[in-house]
Amino acid sequence: MREIDVKLITAKVRDLCMEANTDLGEDVLQAFDRALREEESPLAREILKELKENARIAKEEKVAICQDTGFAVVFVELGQDVHLVGGDLKEAIFEGVRQGYRDGYLRKSICHPFTRANTGDNTPPIIHTEIVPGEKIKIVVAPKGGGSENMSRVMMLTPSDGVEGIKRSVIERVRESGSNPCPPTIVGVGIGGTFEQAALLAKKSLLRPLGSKNADPELGKLEAEILTGINKLGIGPQGLGGRTTSLAVHILMMPCHIASFPLAVNIQCHAHRHKETEI
Amino acid sequence: MSEPIRLRTPLTDEDVERLKIGDRVLLNGVIYTGRDAAHKRLFDLLREGKALPFDLKGQIIYYVGPAPAKPGQVFGSAGPTTSYRMDAYSPSLIEKGLKGMIGKGMRSQDVKEAMKRHKAVYFAATGGAGALLAKRVKKARIIAYEDLGPEAIRELEVEDLPVIVVNDVRGNDLYIEGEKKYHKD
Repeated sequence: MREIDVKLITAKVRDLCMEANTDLGEDVLQAFDRALREEESPLAREILKELKENARIAKEEKVAICQDTGFAVVFVELGQDVHLVGGDLKEAIFEGVRQGYRDGYLRKSICHPFTRANTGDNTPPIIHTEIVPGEKIKIVVAPKGGGSENMSRVMMLTPSDGVEGIKRSVIERVRESGSNPCPPTIVGVGIGGTFEQAALLAKKSLLRPLGSKNADPELGKLEAEILTGINKLGIGPQGLGGRTTSLAVHILMMPCHIASFPLAVNIQCHAHRHKETEI
Repeated sequence: MSEPIRLRTPLTDEDVERLKIGDRVLLNGVIYTGRDAAHKRLFDLLREGKALPFDLKGQIIYYVGPAPAKPGQVFGSAGPTTSYRMDAYSPSLIEKGLKGMIGKGMRSQDVKEAMKRHKAVYFAATGGAGALLAKRVKKARIIAYEDLGPEAIRELEVEDLPVIVVNDVRGNDLYIEGEKKYHKD
């Protein structure tokens, strides 16, 4: 049994909110470079160069990469041998988000669905907690922008739709989204499970580093096929035409009910922000 | 890739007539910010026949809700927001002399018609390039609707703000043409 004070969790969440919003991952920057080498449209190349320059400025000056600093989505893997002291986990994370968005001069973008009144401190965050073996805590903060989230969907396909149905549906979703989710995007795909689990798989798939291989070779092949299909659409960076509509497709899959074939598509803009830490 | 065109606001009919889709433009001078809530207020004032907080003639509105400025920063990160939410209001503003809009994403047919009829253009700024775009803002002050927070109308003085012409006065649309050009079967 290991005791951990929740104040430490607050401090870590605060820092992760600020880091994630100002420091774009090396994997994303490398994906921009790969796209720059392959992109045919001169205008699209200019846009990709702007994105690199933007990331450089944000990191150097510690300012937000994008003004939409997102909904704070927090993944917690809590070791079952950890005993939390000094308060409760949920409030500790809320306080971390509050402090991070205040101290980092990040935009507060969370409001009441009907009145649209802003909550003022970017709470509540979305918290996904998983109990795992061990005595450590892993925390991932992944701020999610509104524009790309709005283009995401859960679809309950029919088993007879098969793998072709998955390919068709994901590519069609990206086509319909056009310029709205700020391409070049990363497309997170969740297959199987239930309605809500498919969505969570899609979101979790985004956390895998860009350019890494899927652990399942069959899914890796499917990712490559879908990406090729997407990049034939011609939408391009910012929707102004080009080869680079998406930087990657990531898939997570689990078994589903004999009557079901759930598919979730979670679209992520190029400001693909997530940072993690282990306590 | 040809060199970008430098333009200074306020824009004239001649300024916008020579722009074509795909042109890169560096904007200089004063522009105004406004998004969802501010547009609704401007629209309501026009409908009631009342004066607006600024003269629209020759002006450009940038659809943006900036992040808070850090100490020492002129303006917080400030990339464009999605434009279609302003479509219901834009034709009335264009009719009153608005010459340019900056945002991201496709406009409605009504807005495109109004741009053709009254000679106005729609520019895209790079969505998500908030830190880069904010650095091109040299001065910023709120001129109306302070109560709206990030949505208040601000007068910005910009230097070489990089934008791309998406809709020109001839009715062309780069979202449609660009995709067509690079589409593969």
